[in-house]
Order: sequence, then structure tokens, then C-alpha cells
Amino acid sequence: MTDSNQGERSTVGVVEELARDDVQRKHFLKMAGKGMGSAAAATGLAAFIAACGGSSSTSSSAAGSSSSAAMGGTSSTAAAVASTTAPTGDLAIVNYALTLEYLESQFYAKVIASGLFHGKNLSVIKSFGAEETQHVVALKKVAMSMGTPAQEPMGKFPIHSATQVTKLAGAVENLGAAAYLGQAGNIESKEILAAALSIHTIEARHAATINLVLMKSPTPDGAFAKPMTMAEVLKVVTPFIA
Amino acid sequence: MNTPENTSPELANVEVHGLTRSSFILKGALAAGAAYGASAVAPFVGNALAASPDVDILNFALTLEYLETDFYQRKGRTVGLSGQAKSLARSFGDEEAEHVAALTKAITASGGRPVKRPMFVFPGRDQKSFLKLAYVLENTGVGAYNGAAPSLQSRALLAAAGSIVQIEARHAASIALLTGMSITPNGAFDKPLTKKQVLAAAGPLIKA
Repeated sequence: MTDSNQGERSTVGVVEELARDDVQRKHFLKMAGKGMGSAAAATGLAAFIAACGGSSSTSSSAAGSSSSAAMGGTSSTAAAVASTTAPTGDLAIVNYALTLEYLESQFYAKVIASGLFHGKNLSVIKSFGAEETQHVVALKKVAMSMGTPAQEPMGKFPIHSATQVTKLAGAVENLGAAAYLGQAGNIESKEILAAALSIHTIEARHAATINLVLMKSPTPDGAFAKPMTMAEVLKVVTPFIA
Repeated sequence: MNTPENTSPELANVEVHGLTRSSFILKGALAAGAAYGASAVAPFVGNALAASPDVDILNFALTLEYLETDFYQRKGRTVGLSGQAKSLARSFGDEEAEHVAALTKAITASGGRPVKRPMFVFPGRDQKSFLKLAYVLENTGVGAYNGAAPSLQSRALLAAAGSIVQIEARHAASIALLTGMSITPNGAFDKPLTKKQVLAAAGPLIKA
């Protein structure tokens, strides 16, 4: 983050590079490992893996080496590099985000197709939908670079009237913002964290816009946005999956 | 240099609160200072504090929040806002002030010293220019937090920074909607800003 060139590069570029360039990712994580290879971080990861349940066969060995890297201490560069192959916790988070983005993208596509919106409102909806689709593309690439990406869910959304749809859009975007915020402290990789943050504030911008259109407060939680856990979010989302 | 016998034994009894690595180092340095004299350890104490990147990041964020608070609360009043701009500026100013209070507390809890509130000077005399600058400041805030947050060592502070940056993004979008500017000026992915880029944007507004 101290390199100004890095800051000027678009985040899309960072995300795509992350998906494509495994060497770059390992190098970055190696440096991150030197800075924060604490046992506490490994404990957090282990707890997260346990909470998430299953993992793909390709990443289970990486999880093992991740714990051993932490046991070996912060100075073991080789162990830190080994731990970066595919952090299971991060893959689960990326796939969780991917699932939510699939649903958002499908939702906007249905809203656009419904013909309920015109003019300026329609163009805002179209741009929000296009941004969610870009999130899908980026997250899918990242997930593929780490293991198996989540399957696209089949969303089902009630589309009745402009007001009802706008309310639902507000609920969806505020939920999305809270979902990303809830994972910020769980992400191991600094690059994936940076990517998640860059998406998180887009969900927040969408949410605030729709809140204002609905004559609601753009900051319904006050000065500090409230996070939601994966379990809380999935409970809300499940009825929208066919 | 003083002899170990007649230097400051009270330094050894200074309690350093918090569990940060820097405070641990600081405590060790103070104990050494008790034996070898405060002036001998001063450079090491300085290094220990500088070695806590979280405090530096928090102070950087605090400066931006001071700026935003002053902008909404003082500049907003002198400009004379009306309508939705007035009500949004009032609630946004209150929220920025809450960020100032929270960051000040976090810095103290991390064993650091909060920076002093600088003096700011804002250009513009009407609502239109006020909102234009508000849009720039809020978007700068989003980029600043997104750029700095991954460097935070503490997971708790990272979560706190996340809950603040979401508010900055909501402010930015609200002002965009009010003025017809772009809601998502960076497209689908907000751009993180380096400290240098943030200083280039906010620096000219800092008077002293």
C-alpha cells in the first residue's frame, strides 16, 4: 500500500491479477506472513474452517500447512509461502460473496426485464446491476484461482410493483453491505481483503442511494454500520433461493 | 551519562496499558531508562511508538475525520445550507464527530497519543461549492480507509474501520444523488488510495 503505483492501479486490475497471477499472490502473502504470522491469526482461521464445515480436497492440505506455518513462528518464510497456496477460510468467504453477488445480479436483471422502471431510475438500476455482474465475474475468477467456485444459485424474487421492488432492492443492498462488513475481520489474505473492501463500499453506495429514494436515512445504523454474520445473512437470503 | 544508581527509578513503575507490541517494547525501554537514564532510551521509545502501525493509521484517519467534522459543522454553518443539503450535512457532521470520538478512544486504548485537531480552511461560499467539496472529501475518505485498512494488524480495529468506511461511502453516494454526480465514480470497485494520494487531496485544506 506504500507503493503509489499500486494505489493508482484500478482494483479491477488487482482482482484480476490476483485471479491470474499465482506467483504474485504468493509473493504478497509471503510478505504479509512475515508481518503478521501470529498464532492468533491461525487460531482464527482454524475456528473459521471449523465453523464453515467442509472444504474441497484441493485446499485441505493447504489448511494443514497453514497451521504448521503458524506453529513454526513468523520467521519461517518457507512455511509462510506454503500456507498461501489456498487458504480454505478465504475461499469459503469468496464463495459466500460470490453467491450473494449472483443473487443481486439476477435480481437486477429481472427488475430491468420487468419494465416497471423508466428513465433515470432505470438507468440507475442498470448501472447497479452491471456493477453486481462485475463483482460476480471478479469473485468467480478469484475463487477459481483458489479452488472450486460456488455454483450459481437460482434466485426467485417477487416482482410486483415499482415501490415493492425498490424496497426489496434496498433490503438486498443493505444486506450485502452488512455481509461484506461481517467478513472483513475474517479474511486472511490482504489482497482478498482489499478486493472485498473495494466491493463493500460499492454495496454501501447502492444501499444509501436506494434508502434516499425511499425517503429513508442513508445511514440507518447511525455513525457505525452494523455487520452481519454469515449465518444471519444466509437466513435472510434462503427464501430467495429456489 | 548518569550512573545506574542515581537515575530515575520512577520510570520503572510507569504502567503501560494495552497489549500492543509497542507498549511491551515501551515498557521494557522504560525499565531500561530507570537504570540507564531517560535520555539514553528516548530514541528507543520513539522507535517503539513508530513501530505500531495501527496507531499511525488511526491518527491518519482521525485527521481526516477532524477535517470532515469541521467541514460539515463549521463550514456548513457559514455557507448557509438549505433543504435536504442542510439536513444531510447536519446528520453527516454528527456522524463524523462520532468517528472522531471513537478513533480518539481507540488510539488511547492502543497505547498511542491522538493527534491534535488541526486548523482547516475550506474554499467556496455557496451550497453548490460546499456539496462539490463534500463529494470530494467523502470519496477521499472512502479511498483512504480502503487503502489503509488492510495494513491494520488488529482484527478488531479492522472491523471498526470497515464500519466507518461504509458510512463514508453512504455519505458520498447521498451527496452524489443530491447533486447529480456519479454514485459510483470508480465503477464497480472502489479504488484504494495511498497516504500520499490522500494528503495531496486533503493537505491543502489544512492550515496549521
